[in-house]
Amino acid sequence: MTELSLVQAVNAALKRAMDDDPRVLVLGEDVGIDGGVFRATDGLFQRFGAERVLDTPIAEASIAGVSIGLAAQGFRPVAEIQFTGFAYACIDQIVNHASRLRHRTRGRLSCPLVLRSPAGGGIKAIEHHSESPEAMFAHIPGIKVVMPSSPARAYGLLLAAIRDPDPVVFLEPTRLYRAAREDVADDGAGLPLAQCFTVRLGRDLTIVAWGAMIKEALDAAEQMAAENIEAEVIDVATLKPLDSATILASVARTGRLVVVHEAPMTGGFGAEIAARVSAGAMTSLLAPIERVVGYDTMMPYPRTEAYYLPNAARILAAARRVMVYA
Amino acid sequence: MRHASRRDLAVRQRAGAPAMPGLEINVSLTRVLDHDGKVVGAMPDFARDQAELLRLYRALVLTRTFDAKAVALQRTGRLGTYASALGQEAVAVGAAAAMAPDDVFVPSFREHGGQLWRGVTLKELFLYWGGDERGNDFAGPREDFPNCVPVGSHAPHAVGVALAFRLRGEKRAAVCVFGDGATSKGDVAEALNMAGVFKVPAVFVINNNAWAISVPRDRQSAAPTLVHKAAAAGIAGAQVDGNDVIAVRAMVAEALARARQGLGPSLIEAVTYRLCDHTTSDDASRYRDDAEVSRHWPAEPLVRLRHFLTDAGHWDKAKEEALLHECNNAVDQAAADYLATPPQPLSSMFDHVYAAAPAELDEQRKAALASNEGAA
Repeated sequence: MTELSLVQAVNAALKRAMDDDPRVLVLGEDVGIDGGVFRATDGLFQRFGAERVLDTPIAEASIAGVSIGLAAQGFRPVAEIQFTGFAYACIDQIVNHASRLRHRTRGRLSCPLVLRSPAGGGIKAIEHHSESPEAMFAHIPGIKVVMPSSPARAYGLLLAAIRDPDPVVFLEPTRLYRAAREDVADDGAGLPLAQCFTVRLGRDLTIVAWGAMIKEALDAAEQMAAENIEAEVIDVATLKPLDSATILASVARTGRLVVVHEAPMTGGFGAEIAARVSAGAMTSLLAPIERVVGYDTMMPYPRTEAYYLPNAARILAAARRVMVYA
Repeated sequence: MRHASRRDLAVRQRAGAPAMPGLEINVSLTRVLDHDGKVVGAMPDFARDQAELLRLYRALVLTRTFDAKAVALQRTGRLGTYASALGQEAVAVGAAAAMAPDDVFVPSFREHGGQLWRGVTLKELFLYWGGDERGNDFAGPREDFPNCVPVGSHAPHAVGVALAFRLRGEKRAAVCVFGDGATSKGDVAEALNMAGVFKVPAVFVINNNAWAISVPRDRQSAAPTLVHKAAAAGIAGAQVDGNDVIAVRAMVAEALARARQGLGPSLIEAVTYRLCDHTTSDDASRYRDDAEVSRHWPAEPLVRLRHFLTDAGHWDKAKEEALLHECNNAVDQAAADYLATPPQPLSSMFDHVYAAAPAELDEQRKAALASNEGAA
């Protein structure tokens, strides 16, 4: 076991995947000798060389598009999009090609690629560097969308994403890159995709979150405990495909649901979870479903981003609201 | 081959140019046969083989026969919107004919002739244009890409395929075809640029048919030729008469030879003309004169090769009639096979979304089946 930060865990998973499988390549902007602007690919160029760690021109659409060609030819490209605000340039490639190559060729060709990108706010970054586009990606049939919340989960989920036979968008919470360390066994073991992780047990309400919001949810749960409210916290981890069963089973026990995410409210993935719970656990619900999410505004510039981002206090307030219903 | 390489693409400062020097790039059109089938250029070796020329001529005729049938089926409600290749058959046929079987073809959506040459079946083409994904499950060229409808967005795929070949040390290449309109897209600019940086074995062929639906070539780019795009990417480039199948094949063959030698990618502008509407949903009379179309008919690709073959004593009226008969039969049989093929069952839309269907998708499949009792 080694204590790793989330970005180090990403690095360890990439190294492990490349050691294990010669088909795994890394490509993107500054991923080579620079090791990536967040150092996620640090040391890979030196270890695996320029044929497996490819610095690309600044061309996000083609980073995705070239990865599609490589994947169709049997490689396992792991493309880094430097910041999520730049990932929109490759959505055409993801929607129109990566996601449907298998379907439209009836399985003749497929697209086992991973598109990694830092995501989310809270690091006082310049504009376009703090986006949370997970719902946009989750809306696309044929791809998987993963967002880890801890170093160990990042390690296992990234390995699983690289080994997955279909395209995976892997969003790494930027504010967690160096926020905390935990013991990570670099044992090459992947974690299952399409599975939620219950990170705290509780009887009174269910808090569903992912990425950097897990820490806020856990902090809020600790404060609730002081008020004798016991919250269950579920880390969705893989948004698509969604493990509804774990969420429904939890809500069936607690009767209350608070969904937390950084992305704007309208059309956010919280709405999908709320819809599934209302359809699958309506008779268990004791209170309206609450969403503690970003507002339908632009992500503000750093000096005011804290007002935008959901935090433990807002989650606690929502918990108190749902606890009014008995 | 007039490549826009350092050797051939002379980039010179104009004499007496102002502070910002102009770029002068010499591009000349390569042609082997003129409109009347007279030899006006260097005849490549393959064209000395009569059987090979007849094979090319048959491919052009088969493509045009398929095209006519596809339009007829669409007009009678038995095929979806269809993009005809009328007048442009030599571009894709010539490109495909230059390829090795294990190269990979990355077409746009007007390259039926190239696909047929590569071993895609007439029935598969009918299925695709008839709205059935099974038309993309080519039994022949298993690694070729399916058509690409979002214009130019397939160009980066060809770079990726070619990069895969380079990384594996294989002597294979990717051939990507797109239209003149596609050269305006960022995807194409990015792909050419990245192909140059990675020096991949890829050949990009522009089917410059003068019109991108209603927008003429000179409204796509101020570049004097589309080969100029190669200069910006630092890759080889050349212009060829896209109605001269011999010249196209020779040019693409040379580009492929370069690619296999590790000399990097090429961009070939094949100059042709869209004698048809953009698709069966289009009415070109809204934006282009019939007189213009008529002016281009004498340059179309079939007649010149037929003239050449006839003049050389390889072709006559009886052979022509026999060929038309054979092509019509093949196309009619394939169309009948397509029309007799039942649509895929309802559940097929849930197949191949992923390698293994997630639980939530299985639930949707069951719900869809339940709400369409009997349809599955």
